[in-house]
Amino acid sequence: MIHDFTYLQPGSVKEALAMLAEHKDDCKVICGGQSLLIVMRQGLVQTEYLIDIKGLNELNYIKYDDKGGLKIGATTTHRAIEKSDVIAKKYPVLVDMEHKLASIQVRNWGTIGGNLAHADSAGDPAPVLTALNATVKVGSAKGERTIPLDEFYTDLFETAMEPGELVLEVQVPAPAPKTATAYQKFNLLESDQGIVAVAVSITIDAGGTCKEARIVLGNAASTSIRAKNAEAVLVGKKLTDALFEKAGEAASQECEPVGDIHASEEYRRHLIGVLTRRMAKAAFEQAKKMG
Amino acid sequence: MEKKLLRFTVNEAPYEIYVNPKTLLVEAIRDHVGLTGTKRGCETVSCGACTVMVDGMAVKGCSVLAMQVDGMKITTVEGLEKNGKLDPIQTAFLDEGAFQCGFCTSGMLMSAKAFLDETPKPKDEMEIRRAMEGNLCRCTGYNAIIRAIDAVAKGNYREDKQ
Repeated sequence: MIHDFTYLQPGSVKEALAMLAEHKDDCKVICGGQSLLIVMRQGLVQTEYLIDIKGLNELNYIKYDDKGGLKIGATTTHRAIEKSDVIAKKYPVLVDMEHKLASIQVRNWGTIGGNLAHADSAGDPAPVLTALNATVKVGSAKGERTIPLDEFYTDLFETAMEPGELVLEVQVPAPAPKTATAYQKFNLLESDQGIVAVAVSITIDAGGTCKEARIVLGNAASTSIRAKNAEAVLVGKKLTDALFEKAGEAASQECEPVGDIHASEEYRRHLIGVLTRRMAKAAFEQAKKMG
Repeated sequence: MEKKLLRFTVNEAPYEIYVNPKTLLVEAIRDHVGLTGTKRGCETVSCGACTVMVDGMAVKGCSVLAMQVDGMKITTVEGLEKNGKLDPIQTAFLDEGAFQCGFCTSGMLMSAKAFLDETPKPKDEMEIRRAMEGNLCRCTGYNAIIRAIDAVAKGNYREDKQ
């Protein structure tokens, strides 16, 4: 049963930010609502004012250029990302991730900004976008700022946003040469959230040495997290199967999963190890083929 | 609670209704418009029994605020039949026996319809299965449903073949 609320429908971002400034802790923002409405119906979230930004088309865009990289507006749907030609060409892992995200119905209505702001540790976009070194642009009545995605999540369902701030855009740097990213989650139904998930981005130099590695774990802690020990195993080395194995072991040790009805803590650590090894290898193999 | 005016089109008929803004799309369709073909199932965005089309896109009616479809065109299972003639996907479901208790059927039909409109020639059966992953059936199983969609995709229900 959803509690009553006063429904506010801003006609512009400026108006939305003014409403947020006015109502601060007494309001929630809804975009696609694919996650929020569930927790509202369960009574876990109730709010006096609901600010609906789904109709804000000024935040509905996908832009790319080789200098500035990719910019996706907050109200862009998952389906638009999945079907974007430029994203398929420049960031195929994002299309792959979207195919794995819930169902077509959810992707048709749910938005990237809503997903990131909801801050579910089991969400699909955050690990992949973090591996891609993405940044979130947030705005308030006072101005705008950007937050690297790997500093955006502070705790379970908590972000670094202040009351009054709104996710406006996600920004992804243009792909570096000899770089590739791979993502996989482990689940029983394809449309389910991951029991755990791993995204790995690998950059190699001309000689095949690992220049940069970003390994991001989903649903393996209260937020999506970088596995920095595992990254350190790979950086500066000629990559081999033995190193991928070692990186997997490091990731399985540094993650902080909890056990639940889907999987025990021990099993989650095991899965993190396996997926880290596989995704690091997959990203490396793809990076070798990249120009 | 101040009620809000919602204007939308359901199966090509225009409606103007006043709703509590917390009303979900499935509630607006069932309780305000009075079309009960769209089912309330899990109500946690899992089962897909509440699937309807909004401007041609399949969405789950249990997870969309009715106010968000203001000005949009909704198609429910009741809207598939045109001039007394079933939509090909409905005939195919009948021919393949693609239901048992029938509770998931309207949602299945709407997902199938949206998919076929968007992808008239799916490249393989797996593409159909993937497109239907947001709809759960707990009795018949999926094979008959996939066969029905596949039969329509293969053109077995085109006018000239009837």
